[in-house]
Amino acid sequence: MTDPSTEPARVPDAVRLDLYSTMVLARTYELAIQREYHADKGPGFDIGKGLVPGEMHLAAGQEPVAAGVCAHLMVDDAVTATHRPHHFAIAHGVDLNRMTAEIFGRETGLGRGRGGHMHLFDPSTHFSCSGIIAEGYPPALGQAYAFKTRGTGNVAVAVTGEGAANQGAFHESLNLAALWKLPVLFVVEDNAWGISVPRSASTAVSSNAVRAAAYGIPGVRVEDNDVDAVYAAAGEAIARARAGQGPTLLEVATLRMLGHFEGDAQGYRPELAEVASHDPIPAYARRLQDAGILDEDAIARIATSAAARVEAAITFAKESPLPDPADVLKYAFAEEA
Amino acid sequence: MTTAPSTPVRRLNTSKAMAEAIAQEMRANPEVIYLGEDVGSYGGIFSSTVGLLDEFGPTRIIDTPISETAFIGLGIGAAVEGMRPIVELMFADFMGVCLDQIYNHMAKIHFESGGHVKVPMVLTTGVGGGYSDGAQHSQCLWGTFGHLPGMKVVVPSNPADAKGLMTAAIRDDGPVVYMYHKGVMGLAWMAKNQRSIGPVPEGEYLVPIGTAAVAHEGADVTVVTLGLSVHHALDVAEKLAGEGIGVEVIDLRSVVPLDRETIVASVAKTGRLVVVDEDYLSYGLSGEVIASVVEADPGLLTAAPRRLAMPDIPIPYAHVLEYAALPRPERIEALVREVLA
Ligand SMILES: Cc1ncc(C[n+]2csc(CCOP(=O)(O)OP(=O)(O)O)c2C)c(N)n1
Repeated sequence: MTDPSTEPARVPDAVRLDLYSTMVLARTYELAIQREYHADKGPGFDIGKGLVPGEMHLAAGQEPVAAGVCAHLMVDDAVTATHRPHHFAIAHGVDLNRMTAEIFGRETGLGRGRGGHMHLFDPSTHFSCSGIIAEGYPPALGQAYAFKTRGTGNVAVAVTGEGAANQGAFHESLNLAALWKLPVLFVVEDNAWGISVPRSASTAVSSNAVRAAAYGIPGVRVEDNDVDAVYAAAGEAIARARAGQGPTLLEVATLRMLGHFEGDAQGYRPELAEVASHDPIPAYARRLQDAGILDEDAIARIATSAAARVEAAITFAKESPLPDPADVLKYAFAEEA
Repeated sequence: MTTAPSTPVRRLNTSKAMAEAIAQEMRANPEVIYLGEDVGSYGGIFSSTVGLLDEFGPTRIIDTPISETAFIGLGIGAAVEGMRPIVELMFADFMGVCLDQIYNHMAKIHFESGGHVKVPMVLTTGVGGGYSDGAQHSQCLWGTFGHLPGMKVVVPSNPADAKGLMTAAIRDDGPVVYMYHKGVMGLAWMAKNQRSIGPVPEGEYLVPIGTAAVAHEGADVTVVTLGLSVHHALDVAEKLAGEGIGVEVIDLRSVVPLDRETIVASVAKTGRLVVVDEDYLSYGLSGEVIASVVEADPGLLTAAPRRLAMPDIPIPYAHVLEYAALPRPERIEALVREVLA
């Protein structure tokens, strides 16, 4: 196990600006979805009500993981994300309009309104996610197997939370990928909480990166939610995978800024008051300003452009038609062309 | 048959009634423990264990890692050693990651041991949709549990039954799957349902497993159902009573054993049968109920039996689609009228 965060990562300026913009776009998106989600749940809070019904898991605070990893990906590389998928979808370039339309349950959505926010599938970017914990790991093996067999040089990135790393599918997948030297990057987002259960009460080791040793593959932990460090560590791992050297396990200590789902009062969370002060995005902006790569104007420009894209996507979603109830029985089986 | 409460009653919601039964049994028997994800300080995602951690502490109300195979299996082993674990699988939809422990171990050990080894364990799990949680978090799946032999399967629809069935489940010497529909729990954050709060006896209270309840009497048509659909069927029965139509609503309360006697007796009275099931249509509970009636006496039916169930599709996310698929009250009413026509 190595710890790349001990040495400052060298990331080109242009890349750092991209990383920052990606994080801002993802954050802007999460906050806009949060706004839309809560807009019409009342009186009180009825989870089934509103333009965006159902459970909603937002990833505010975890943007460095998605931005740092996906910066190395091509559109033909695969990502299997979790129940908290938006930041990875955005960082991997999933179409914002169609993703938003899906979250709003519209016919123009990625899944024609059938899937919803935990079940986003975009074949054009090889993106998918799963509401069942750790169950995105095994399919990533198959995508990697297809890439390897066809010799495309593509990789599959599989994401879980640290809570999910205690699931059987996680360990089975690590073993199989290691055994067959599949081009996979296993990513663990350690936000220290599995709903209300702290990592200390769920996981026997303090770092999931050490678990890689059990399967004879490299394990890397990035300690501080630092996008430059994630970028550097992911870069190395993805290069290894593309070069046919097999999988890597990358864990990032990150931050769940919001509740597990929207509506979660987080009464179980003692450090709640400090959470906002650990926000990785303003911290990164300051660092880029200190390095002279970003100024107030650029910060404002990036924010405005993110807001414009996000609001356009929400407008697209709201103006899109709802699915026709008469089509309810469709898509259970492969449709005739 | 509805069991008349013999002790003082107050009004509780279903989740509180369920937690009360657990607390009473835990006080009476130190071998009763409750484990699962977020059952401690969170109190259970569907409020199944609110307040229990405070009273019983973290050695009896136990937050587990997200490792269902391991902790359900642990429950089995503890039960084999004579403890009485209650293990929560947060959503029934997650059974796929741990089904082997459930159907090959929990449910078969007693049989395989020729009756020598008992597995006095309760597996609790949340079921049901109607709030756009999508295809992986909205299923009922009681037909699946019911199909696999060796476990009793109960589905309370109201607070008193939730308490009585939980008490019976904990005391049962074999595995009982206790499936609570989220829509009947009386949760503050779900659509408010008037029937999710009701009278609950204060002291010890048991509902024997395997007895259906006649939730509403009527002479014209029998509606057999369970879970949240009982609430819908009762709404329809009350509405049609105003038109002089007698709808008898049978709340199964128990999928295994299935109270065929009560079903058959009702159909013998009404001659007409509608089965309402929020689980998938094919190869499931609705077919089983109809087969039971026809096997008992095909002459009982004066009209073809009908069923309303989740069509054989994964549960859609978009509200308009989900509601087009679920057995909603309007569709129950329409089918009842059709059978009577
Ligand atoms: C197999 C399975 N078990 C339980 C759940 C319920 N659940 C959803 S998210 C979650 C916590 C996940 O924690 P973690 O993996 O750390 O990811 P995070 O939510 O923190 O991003 C749980 C228990 C599930 N979806 N699937």
